[in-house]
Amino acid sequence: MNDTSIRRRALALLASASCAAFVAALLVGCAPDRKGADKKTSGGKQTVGSCDGANTVEVDANLTGEELAGALMDQWKRDHPNDSWVEEERAAHDFKPPADNAAVLEGGQGPDNTYGNFTKKDVLVWARETEKAVAEGSRIFHNADALGSPVGVSCDMCHPHASNTHPETYPKYQVQLGRVVLLRDMINWCVENPVRGKALNPDGATMRALEAYIMAERKGVEMNYGKH
Amino acid sequence: MATFKSVETKYYEQRDELFRGLRNLDRRSFLKVSAAALGATAGLVTPHSFTPVAVAQDPENKDAAPGFRFAYISDSHLYVKEQYDRFANALLRAVDDVNNLDPQPDFVFYGGDLAQLGRPTELDMGAAILKNLKAPLRIMVGEHDWYLDMGEKWRDLFGEPTYSFDHKGVHFVVLNSVIEADFWTARGMKPMERMMTVAGLDNGLQSPFTVGEPQRKWLEEDLAKHPDDAKIVIFSHSPLYKLYKKWNFWTDDAEEVQAILKRFKQVTVIHGHTHQLLTNRIDNIHFHGVLSTAWPWPYAPEGMPELTIEMARPDPFNANDGCGDGEVQVHPDGLVDKIYSLWNRNPITVSRTYMTSWGKEDAPPKPNRPAY
Repeated sequence: MNDTSIRRRALALLASASCAAFVAALLVGCAPDRKGADKKTSGGKQTVGSCDGANTVEVDANLTGEELAGALMDQWKRDHPNDSWVEEERAAHDFKPPADNAAVLEGGQGPDNTYGNFTKKDVLVWARETEKAVAEGSRIFHNADALGSPVGVSCDMCHPHASNTHPETYPKYQVQLGRVVLLRDMINWCVENPVRGKALNPDGATMRALEAYIMAERKGVEMNYGKH
Repeated sequence: MATFKSVETKYYEQRDELFRGLRNLDRRSFLKVSAAALGATAGLVTPHSFTPVAVAQDPENKDAAPGFRFAYISDSHLYVKEQYDRFANALLRAVDDVNNLDPQPDFVFYGGDLAQLGRPTELDMGAAILKNLKAPLRIMVGEHDWYLDMGEKWRDLFGEPTYSFDHKGVHFVVLNSVIEADFWTARGMKPMERMMTVAGLDNGLQSPFTVGEPQRKWLEEDLAKHPDDAKIVIFSHSPLYKLYKKWNFWTDDAEEVQAILKRFKQVTVIHGHTHQLLTNRIDNIHFHGVLSTAWPWPYAPEGMPELTIEMARPDPFNANDGCGDGEVQVHPDGLVDKIYSLWNRNPITVSRTYMTSWGKEDAPPKPNRPAY
């Protein structure tokens, strides 16, 4: 996946996460001199560009903001048929949601705040981006090909919903290996043995995604390193 | 597959059978056997045959079914051997286990999920391996066998998935409990996509398992001729109760099926799918899970039945740990001792007295290392 498509996915997520009214507000809010949200009217039709500067749609000139946003969203979806992969992954494997950060919006805004000024949209972006990392982990966890298994074995075959992976117990002395290991060492043990694949790069995208998913699924469990 | 045995092998088998029979002879049947043996020595019957020994099996009391054993093998999840041989090797091991049982079980029950993705090559290989069993085979369907071609190949090989049979006074019923409502048409899934969805234990796009109305009706009719004190054993792939919906450790119309079984004094349900020691009792119904030959599942994170004593946490570094096969001892009263023959551990028996005493007596050993 190249950078452009990642950015597009992020934008799409942001857009699809919001209701049509929200997108409409965004559109209306776009200044005319910005690249996106240009309106060109001709013969009862108007061409409207979205804020990402990549999409335009031709609609009736007298559409309301909401209808316009809907039309733009539909066009975006037609251009990006695989856009709902996170929602599909969630529907299939029901991974746990990230923490709700709505509380950080209450008070404390201003230059002294850790993150400076932020909005509901920021909170939404944090959630969506974090969740996306977990969704990618879930996708690989449940897909032998994505995992690189030559024998059709995926993680979920032994660990439905990442059960029995107990990431909270690492680092620990792994008796069978005779040394202290991290979660990633055990992931690679599984990849090399039952999965019969090649060990993953410990800092690679696949390993990071798997760690993200496995840890997300143990949300709420007490950290207890070294536990057997 | 025809089994060829030398005259010598047959002789020793029949001789062994004779001596087993002699162990529990009363005086009258002893005389019959003696007469038969005498006949044999006098050349009245084929010299190498001890066939008359059959009369030694409790001829006086035909009403009380004598105790007997059957073996089980389940959940082998075969891939074609070229792709992944481990599961095929595990099934071969289970077949060896069962063939080495002495005495041989009356029959072998296969608990479903013979194939991993329902491919004809997987099912063919499974059928070929199971043909090596010496004892007769009874087989049940699992969801992994079914959802590629909706059971076409499986039925070609093994016949209809719903049937019943009687053995030594016990009525056995085999159900197809993995019927899912159509989730694939609306999503435009191809057969393999449908299969992969069902094959994912934690895949929430699929529907819950059911026995379904037509089969429940069949079950009611099948059981109609049996009195309330009949000895009934039901086989289902999914547990016929509601344990954990997210993994389909679940049958959605379990209450309806249980209602059909309610009038009986006692019923035993033996199920596959859960790949672990699993014990439950709902009123008159005793439920037992069976082991998988392929891999053990983790225990459900919630809703474990009180009577279940979990098996110790499997060691991932030993591919066979937590796997195995086993036997079921059916007592004359129709209740069963469930024997889990774990490949890497001592066998564990969940006895009928444990079940009837609601866990107060004869409890199986506790795990040395519980699940996380």
